[in-house]
Amino acid sequence: MQDNNEDEYLMLSGIQHFIFCKRQWALIHIEQQWEENVRTVEGQHIHIKADQPLIREKRQNKLIVRALPIKSTELGATGICDVVEFIQNDKGVSVFNSKEKYLPIPIEYKRGKPKKDDSDVLQLTAQAICLEEMLLCAVDTGYIFYNEIKHRVEVPISEENRIRVRKMFKEMHHFFNNNYTPKVRTGTFCKSCSLQHICMPTLMTKQSVSSYIERVLKE
Amino acid sequence: MRKLLNSLFITSPDVYLTLNGENIVVKKEESDIGRVPLHNLESIYAFGYSGASPALMGACAERNISLVFLTKNGRFLAKVIGESRGNVILRKAQYRISDSDSLSLLIAKHFIIGKVYNNKWILERMTRDYPLRIDLSMFKEVSRELSKNLIEIKNATDLELLRGYEGQAAILYNKVFDQMILQQKEDFFFKGRNRRPPMDNVNAMLSFAYTLLANDTAAALEAVGLDAYVGFLHRDRPGRVSLALDLMEELRGVFADRFVISLINKKIVNKNDFFVKENGAVIMIDEARKKFLKAWQDKKQEKIKHPFLGEKISWGLVPYAQAILLARHIRGDLDGYPPFLWK
Ligand code: SF4
Repeated sequence: MQDNNEDEYLMLSGIQHFIFCKRQWALIHIEQQWEENVRTVEGQHIHIKADQPLIREKRQNKLIVRALPIKSTELGATGICDVVEFIQNDKGVSVFNSKEKYLPIPIEYKRGKPKKDDSDVLQLTAQAICLEEMLLCAVDTGYIFYNEIKHRVEVPISEENRIRVRKMFKEMHHFFNNNYTPKVRTGTFCKSCSLQHICMPTLMTKQSVSSYIERVLKE
Repeated sequence: MRKLLNSLFITSPDVYLTLNGENIVVKKEESDIGRVPLHNLESIYAFGYSGASPALMGACAERNISLVFLTKNGRFLAKVIGESRGNVILRKAQYRISDSDSLSLLIAKHFIIGKVYNNKWILERMTRDYPLRIDLSMFKEVSRELSKNLIEIKNATDLELLRGYEGQAAILYNKVFDQMILQQKEDFFFKGRNRRPPMDNVNAMLSFAYTLLANDTAAALEAVGLDAYVGFLHRDRPGRVSLALDLMEELRGVFADRFVISLINKKIVNKNDFFVKENGAVIMIDEARKKFLKAWQDKKQEKIKHPFLGEKISWGLVPYAQAILLARHIRGDLDGYPPFLWK
């Protein structure tokens, strides 16, 4: 994904779907099967934040920017950072319209509490990769704020997670380019999947259609 | 499986439909005569020439509620379609199949296998439930013929042959149709299908039932992202929902025909529900139409076990389940289209 074909950019928020179930991701992002499709969901996301001061808020040594659109050519992905805190730092970079130098720290807001899987962490890592690419600087840490515990958790942006994010987007692009919706091993997680009635997880363990017809006609 | 929501039937021709907040408001001469929350609705059918406000149309399109306008007699006039769900990949795959006779044949065969199999079992059920009221040997004979017909359908090598076998099956089934009418025989009889216009009470009801079924099926296909106008068995014709007609083949007998027959046999309708025009065309009176729609709605809530999915769903969701299964086959998840085989 080195060209600038921005139409093919995938949504960063898809990481959580992809980790939950690759098929769910494909149904949403390739087949656009969503009661209210993802675009509107992201739209609401922006909307909530846009009610707050959109541009920068300056607090001592910090610039706080909300709903910052980001992208990465390397990942071929695009999305929105809930909040980016730019911390004044001599090793930082100059940002548009300011004299000082800053280092960016992405902060992701989650409604619930910390999850068992690492989809939040990987999403934050992907945001860090985007910010590094757009600002030409290093981002080695970020935060996730969990509303249920009203607490932010510090997350180091590790090399290992960067590799996982890159691998994941590679795989997503591969599916996307081939319009391929994977059949996956279904499981108890299907019970909490909002796309059950479209996916029909039972189909994946089903008899073939030809044997179904043969069997019924013989009865 | 998704929830089956209600259909709202607007049967007075002189009302106007508007949006108020999250509600549909039915207005008659400036006063509100009804109000229903949109979130309970799956479809709205307006019979007659009532109008609707653009705001309501927009709200329906956004929420995927099908808003359909029909004439008083149930002939389709127009429907509101929102921004397409962007499923061009699925649709292109559908068009590729539709353009190829050999690929179309594979799916079309399954529609017809479903239709003939279900019709055979309608007859088998009659022999079980009413052995003393019907010509048993004739029913058994027709059922055997339909079984032979099924094998021919399975082996059909082109679409023309398939249509031929379907025609033969229809003749066989129609031969005993009249015998399934067990009550009010002097007013309700079936001598053959006629529809433009229907010339007897039974045909008037069949036409109405098929229109409702075609609308439900078309809405289900559009909801899963397929193009209801591009079929595999029915040829393309402007304004014809060919794929909806294809998909409803398996449901005509088992849903619509049985429904109409039960209205007669249970004496829910009677001869006073119909009106004969000067030229012999038969029209249902408004009251009859209301009874019909009410019973139709009740029938849609009845549960059955889906033969392929093995899940309990309501009859009303069957077109939707079949539309999903068809889409899943077109996308390559399933090795074929599994027809709805009822017994
Ligand atoms: S129902 Fe199960 S297999 Fe299907 S998309 Fe959801 S989680 Fe994945």
